[in-house]
Amino acid sequence: MSDFLRDYLTVGIFGLTGVALVGLLLGLGSVLRPTRAQPQKYINYESGVDPVGTGWGQSNVRYYVFALLFVMFDVEAVFIFPFATRVDAYGWFGVIEMGIFIFILALGLLYAWKKKVLRWL
Amino acid sequence: MISLSVLGVELAYWQVTSLRVLGVLVAVVLPAGAFVYLFLFKMMSFMQSRLGPMEAGPFGSMQLLAEVGKFLQKEDIVPERADRRLFFIAPYIVLASTFLLFSVMPFGPDVYFTNLDTGIFLALGLSSVSVIGILIAGWASANKYSLIGGIRAAGQLIAYELPMVLAVVGVVIQAGTLNLQGIVAAQHQGEIFGFSGIGNPFLLTQFVAFGVFLVATQAELTQTPFDMPVAESEIVTGYMTEYSGLRFLLFFIGEFATAGAFAAIAATLFLGGWALPFVSLDDNSMNFIGPLVLFAKMLMVGFLIFWARFTFPRFREDQLQAFAWKYLIPIALINILVTMILKVAF
Repeated sequence: MSDFLRDYLTVGIFGLTGVALVGLLLGLGSVLRPTRAQPQKYINYESGVDPVGTGWGQSNVRYYVFALLFVMFDVEAVFIFPFATRVDAYGWFGVIEMGIFIFILALGLLYAWKKKVLRWL
Repeated sequence: MISLSVLGVELAYWQVTSLRVLGVLVAVVLPAGAFVYLFLFKMMSFMQSRLGPMEAGPFGSMQLLAEVGKFLQKEDIVPERADRRLFFIAPYIVLASTFLLFSVMPFGPDVYFTNLDTGIFLALGLSSVSVIGILIAGWASANKYSLIGGIRAAGQLIAYELPMVLAVVGVVIQAGTLNLQGIVAAQHQGEIFGFSGIGNPFLLTQFVAFGVFLVATQAELTQTPFDMPVAESEIVTGYMTEYSGLRFLLFFIGEFATAGAFAAIAATLFLGGWALPFVSLDDNSMNFIGPLVLFAKMLMVGFLIFWARFTFPRFREDQLQAFAWKYLIPIALINILVTMILKVAF
């Protein structure tokens, strides 16, 4: 196995170990803790009164435009990263190219701003 | 497949790695966590003119143990309406995301778990996984406060992930690599306009990025002044409302641990990581001193994060979004442009 893949394997093992430790702690807790069931304990908390309706009521999420902007900018950011590691190699050509790229990006943000979608209402 | 023999027993690579991870977690991360916990609690107490934990051990040094001991004995209450399976999964996702952040950190010239060429990129990706756990926790609780808290947390993440990523781009341009060891080396060997006395901790040349990064960190950690997802006066404790006992403690510790992890990343990116000025990077002694240096720098950044936490009042939700999109992102973009031009010009 190459070093490259082995590093990612290590990350995977790291994650699994973390999950195992959390499981261990929760398991230890389930051995130690008491269980005295009373139906009142299992009612959802709603400031001390009986809950109204279901907990999964519909509500206005408000930020789908933000989410769209985020997806766009995040993908753009992924394009900036490889360029950022090679700034020296490209010199002024790269600066101008990336300047145009970021300018268009900023233009998109400015358009959203002028369209007043950057308001959380 | 590399295998090692320990005490005459042949171990496969995954076994060796698991043992290493476990060893480090138990021997290093837990005491370090206890220390950070105590340091922060004492700090916040002194800022608020009180003593803080004093009962458990000398000056309350065993406070974390006492807390865990207490929470271990607490009854586990799962609301009957909750989506049980998701309810149980959520803390695992949050904690695993935090653990994984430490897997890419370099602690010394030879002290690291992975030396990935995409180190900082992976760290940024892993850090945003935890919000999935938070969203799951909010949804699975079947509680209105929890749901609002979870949705707020997701909205906050999508607003502040970007300034953070864009701030890191400035550092990457200066270092010319995504590898965290490479970034440490670039700071140690760098020079500021020809002066190479103390290297170039990117704090000095990327102070704008450092500011943006810290603010975004604050928001990603849902710390005051960006703690709308857990705003106790509006939505009780947000996504944690229905969690009790040990599961609540896991979220609580996860919050502190993530603060520590982000502080360590900021220390690596901006304060020079484990390296010390005037000491060679290949010096073997750095394998012992390096982790301590990183730890000290991490505490410094942690101090800044918690200082802000205990000083500022909470923003409104719409102010939070406006601040990210109208101020931080344009500032970060300008920072990238300026860094690029200066890097090529000099």
